[in-house]
Amino acid sequence: MKMLILIFFASILTNNIALTYFLGMCPFIAISKNTKAASGMGMAVTYVMVITAIVNYSIYSFVLVPMGLEYLSFLIFIIVIAGIVQVLEMLVERFFPVLYVSFGIFLPLITVNCAILGLSLFMILRDYSFLEMVFYSLGSGLGWWLAIVAMAGLRRTLMLSEPLESLGDAGITVILAGFMALGFFGFSGILPV
Amino acid sequence: MGKIAKSRGVSYFIESLWYNNATFSMVLGICSALAITTNLLNALVMGISVTVVLIISSTVISLLRSIIPERVRIITFMLLISTFVIMVDFILKIYLPPVSKALGPYVGLIITNCILMGRAEAFAIKQPPYYSIMDSLGSGIGYTLSIMVLAAVRELLGAGSLFGVQVLGESWAGWGLLMIPSGAFFVLGFYIMLANMIQKRFINRNVD
Repeated sequence: MKMLILIFFASILTNNIALTYFLGMCPFIAISKNTKAASGMGMAVTYVMVITAIVNYSIYSFVLVPMGLEYLSFLIFIIVIAGIVQVLEMLVERFFPVLYVSFGIFLPLITVNCAILGLSLFMILRDYSFLEMVFYSLGSGLGWWLAIVAMAGLRRTLMLSEPLESLGDAGITVILAGFMALGFFGFSGILPV
Repeated sequence: MGKIAKSRGVSYFIESLWYNNATFSMVLGICSALAITTNLLNALVMGISVTVVLIISSTVISLLRSIIPERVRIITFMLLISTFVIMVDFILKIYLPPVSKALGPYVGLIITNCILMGRAEAFAIKQPPYYSIMDSLGSGIGYTLSIMVLAAVRELLGAGSLFGVQVLGESWAGWGLLMIPSGAFFVLGFYIMLANMIQKRFINRNVD
């Protein structure tokens, strides 16, 4: 139990998937211009992350490993992710129109979000058990959500200041992300993982 | 005719090498640019892997461009790209096991590298193979050079070495900040700034 809690908080704070492993950087920079969109994207990523992690884990350990087909994992994972995103988009649009407005529009973008595939690869690499994997994927999703919302907040205050022109929009965002990563690095004292 | 075609190919090459450079001009595919630039060897291997996958996938997509149905093109690109990434992963595992271990999941993440999808969608699906090869060669080399610059700065100042060979001498304490994740963001930020500055001067001089 203690291990599960440790994994959960480590994946939110000390091993934040956006700021420590640099996963999902493209949407992190492109969609963090306002807090609402950032939050929708974060929500979508969290949902998809948990669902795809569970499905990919099951396929990997019950189909690929017994049949000795581990080398196909990249191909299978990306098909599963694309399929789940498609189905999820249709389901949300059909049954939860309110939710669709807040995060459904971001779903198509998620197939190429490297955080989702990255999570599946990391969980295989680290040999997590099923429960550990659930906590890890939930924590990573929430961590990514936290990071992008915080980033959107930071960028809103940026409107009041004038950064160097040649830094550009992307440059200043990357440097801000650096400061955020430094802040999250400070958490590393509290958790032994 | 041949000469015109050649010069057009070269201009596509330069276009994607500098003006549409994935790292500083479009800020695409920076996940791996940030993650694996702690030393030069990893960056070089990563750059070559991405370039190889990019060239093969662009060529194949360009050859198949009249067969691939419009509606399922994205998933087709993904399947093609992931097949080639699996090949590259095998090659790395066999010939360069330590580097393959250091790159870890980031080899697999070439699949979702936006550069590959971007070049497939924006270029290879519309253009004949020769231009596609020039374009992807330009993008690939541009990406490789970018991450090598980042890795050189980080390895030289962070560990005092280049390609694992000590350069700055034993007395260099090492700038630890550059080896942790936030250092990667800072170096990339300043790299984008520098590239923009050069770009601006370059363009201004052309206008005069």
